[in-house]
Amino acid sequence: MSKNKSEYLINRHDNQYEVVIGLEVHAQVTSQSKLFSTSATKFGAEPNTQVSLVDAAFPGMLPVINEYCVKQAIKTGIGLKAKINKRSVFDRKNYFYADLPQGYQISQFKDPIVGEGKVILDMPDGQKEVGIERLHLEQDAGKSIHDLDPKNTFVDLNRSGVALMEIVSKPDLRSPDEVNAYIKKLRSIMRYLGTCDGNMQEGSLRADVNVSVRKKGSKEFGTRCEIKNVNSIKFMQMAIEYEANRQVDLIEDGRTIDQETRLFDTKKNETRSMRSKEDAHDYRYFPDPDLLPLEVSDDFIENLKLEIPELPDEKKKRFIEKFKLSPYEANILVSDIETSNYFENVIKKSDVKLATNWIIGELFAALNEKNLEITESPISAGNLSKLINLIKDGTISGKIAKTVFEQMMEGDKDPQKIVEEKGLKQESDPKALEALIDKVIDDNRDKATEYKSGKVKLFGFFVGQVMKVSGGKANPQLVNEILKKKL
Amino acid sequence: MSDITKQALSELVENIKSKKLSSSEVTKAFVERSEKSKELNVYITEDYTNALNKAKKFDEKPNLDLKLPGIPMAVKDLFCTKDLRTTAGSKILNNFVPTYESTVTQNIWNEGAILMGKLNCDEFAMGSSNETSFFGNVQNPIDKNLVPGGSSGGSSSAVAAQLTPITIGTDTGGSIRQPASFTGTVGLKPTYGSCSRYGIVAFASSLDQAGPMAQNVKDCALLQEVISTYDEKDSTSIDFKRNEYSKELTKDIKGKKIGIPKEYRVDGMPKEIEDLWKKGIEYAKDCGAEIIDISLPHTNYALPTYYIVAPAEASSNLARYDGVKYGFRAEGENLIDMYEKTRSEGFGAEVQRRIMIGTYVLSSGYYDAYYLKAQKVRKLIKNDFDDAYKKVDAILTPSTPSSAFKIGEKTNDPVSMYLNDIFTVPVNLAGLPGISIPAGHDAKGYPLGLQIIGKAFDEQNILNIAYAMEEKINFKNNITDWWIK
Repeated sequence: MSKNKSEYLINRHDNQYEVVIGLEVHAQVTSQSKLFSTSATKFGAEPNTQVSLVDAAFPGMLPVINEYCVKQAIKTGIGLKAKINKRSVFDRKNYFYADLPQGYQISQFKDPIVGEGKVILDMPDGQKEVGIERLHLEQDAGKSIHDLDPKNTFVDLNRSGVALMEIVSKPDLRSPDEVNAYIKKLRSIMRYLGTCDGNMQEGSLRADVNVSVRKKGSKEFGTRCEIKNVNSIKFMQMAIEYEANRQVDLIEDGRTIDQETRLFDTKKNETRSMRSKEDAHDYRYFPDPDLLPLEVSDDFIENLKLEIPELPDEKKKRFIEKFKLSPYEANILVSDIETSNYFENVIKKSDVKLATNWIIGELFAALNEKNLEITESPISAGNLSKLINLIKDGTISGKIAKTVFEQMMEGDKDPQKIVEEKGLKQESDPKALEALIDKVIDDNRDKATEYKSGKVKLFGFFVGQVMKVSGGKANPQLVNEILKKKL
Repeated sequence: MSDITKQALSELVENIKSKKLSSSEVTKAFVERSEKSKELNVYITEDYTNALNKAKKFDEKPNLDLKLPGIPMAVKDLFCTKDLRTTAGSKILNNFVPTYESTVTQNIWNEGAILMGKLNCDEFAMGSSNETSFFGNVQNPIDKNLVPGGSSGGSSSAVAAQLTPITIGTDTGGSIRQPASFTGTVGLKPTYGSCSRYGIVAFASSLDQAGPMAQNVKDCALLQEVISTYDEKDSTSIDFKRNEYSKELTKDIKGKKIGIPKEYRVDGMPKEIEDLWKKGIEYAKDCGAEIIDISLPHTNYALPTYYIVAPAEASSNLARYDGVKYGFRAEGENLIDMYEKTRSEGFGAEVQRRIMIGTYVLSSGYYDAYYLKAQKVRKLIKNDFDDAYKKVDAILTPSTPSSAFKIGEKTNDPVSMYLNDIFTVPVNLAGLPGISIPAGHDAKGYPLGLQIIGKAFDEQNILNIAYAMEEKINFKNNITDWWIK
């Protein structure tokens, strides 16, 4: 494991700088109803149609914890190999904003539901462990819409009160690539668990990115800046690159970095100061007196452990050990639960090696071209499995199989039927092939003589001719064998 | 029957059940008396027409199995009532009409009672004299220009003046017991978690508790029995076995151990309060109780602790009144300007004072010194009571350090106003039940109350003690109907 191969460093003059990154990921809990009310959480509903009196903070309304969201958070904690806190406390984070009806957000400050954990990243040069500091539950705010009217701001409270998990990493990340791998791994784990759909377009996964730089070899952390609310991995990477370089420039100029909150402007590809440390809100956190401390029993946690499916790291290990996949192949196949499910369905009835190659090769390429997810694949796992069996038992050649595959991509057709309808079945009858080969040798007497006199390279020519004459259907292995005998 | 409004709740219930009176007759009597009593300013919102209609409907198909069959009543304007304006005594909610009903009031209507209107109170229940209400002072029927106490001042005045047979208030630091004491009525603050807070405009969530106010202990017990239910909509509601308090009420308190906390002998306590307390001890002895001297050593810290915890919670609870969603809005140049104007114009001075105190004690750098320390002291105060209850069954104290004062007498001196709560706030901080019963008069003829504090969930016990002492005390309120022309 060479650690330095992919090291991400910024060079300025004679100095090399290391980038230190920590992420606060906000992941929307997959749940039918909100964290403290029974309103629906469906994405894309008409504005203000999923708002209860609690979400809109009417006088005398009280929050009641949604047990399902608590379970989801604990399951996520288990997935992150983290300490589950049997007692956690909901606090109020006080600030005024038009889309924050209560005038405070209910969050967890001092006593989060989940403590320290870890996530393993598979980087090209080996594995890397990223520490998780904590995971806590909190309410989302509503949405302010500023561009519908020149004078007024509109507020949509559908999101107000939706449950979020804030997952805080330790400052263990060192490059945009590691951030990419971290987010993808986190997303993968939560999707395996069914605790967050990870949909970044719909805002189910967003992150605040903390960036600082320091001279290579330094043990001290530099002053960090927090880049707020970045909602795609690409933008996170761009923001980190920009921000790290900005900080290095400041240091090289002999200036200091101000601890501040910054915004990433996706159009200009730059970060901009949003507020300085001095202007930072005083959130006046204090325990929410409307809610008792949240206490969960050992049994409650143990029962949730029984619901935890095999997670990507374990699945990868099993794929390598049981199916003899390479770590590279296993990584790709376990990266999301749908792919791994698809793979396992295909290999239920077909050859593992062929299935792996066909899924990672042909299928991914074809899906990519059509911009489809594995769940939207036109070819079902069952039919891909049939196709692989047709190859394996010699009914069709690999080359013909590609033609069949292309037709299957047009609609989920049974490969057996395609082969029969189009007469693509491989010719494996030795007698028929002999006749075919005799004819080819006969037609190319001169070349046959050359071959016999030592021009062995011409063997390929004969194979090609036989395949051509057979319309690609001749069994290449048998052709080889018979040709060798005949020549 | 011309003296309908003079009847206590239990008499009215009996008369309706035996069909001697109809709900319409009773409702009409209280509505008429209320209409003649506008000078007391107890109502913020009257709902007489609806009340009379509901009474008529009740009489058409009377369900006499209910606990409050066709009984009209007005409630403190801190309880959200569906389709009837709920203001919390504030300009900021001047136009607010809830689409929902508080659990406590719903429980009352479920037992057949009929809403007559919403009663005046201090703004967001912050006050001890009803003088912080946006809707003006309330007169104490005991004497003109006398405060009725607060924050449930409209409620206490209405019961004392017999404009409603019973009512409900809320008590965060004494807001039921102090006005009961000032008006010669009975008021119970139940154990925290006994009555649901759902639909009650919040002041300080960890202290607020709804409770009954009545002319006598038995009525108080019956109303407590109706309003106290476990409610899943309030996460601090407690699921414990609730008694049928009125049925199980007994005057037999022989052998009950009653504690007398020496720390309640505060400096400068008027002699007549001291005398009242002594008299109370004698009454308790007469009833067969055993008197035991006890110590509640952290009593001195209760008031400062309360005036940190309550404003801290209030500052956050009142953040929702921002002009964005409902209630009063003052137009502004931008969002911040709108907030500032709305809240400056919408909240009165006392509410603003408490929001500022609360914001201050929660702010970074002060949190540990104030809020956190106050929480620790609160625990010590609770421990004091826990220790005391190893030796006694209940505790007897005066309800207030003085009788009712004149309107305007303390408005410019918030600290002296806050001192009114000195005997009542420890009970809220410890989450215990406490009842105030009228026990005598001062030299001016104003009523004085005694407070009986119980163990958590032991409402029955303090109701019993109050019931027994009430008979011995045989208190009579001197109300002359001076306001009726």
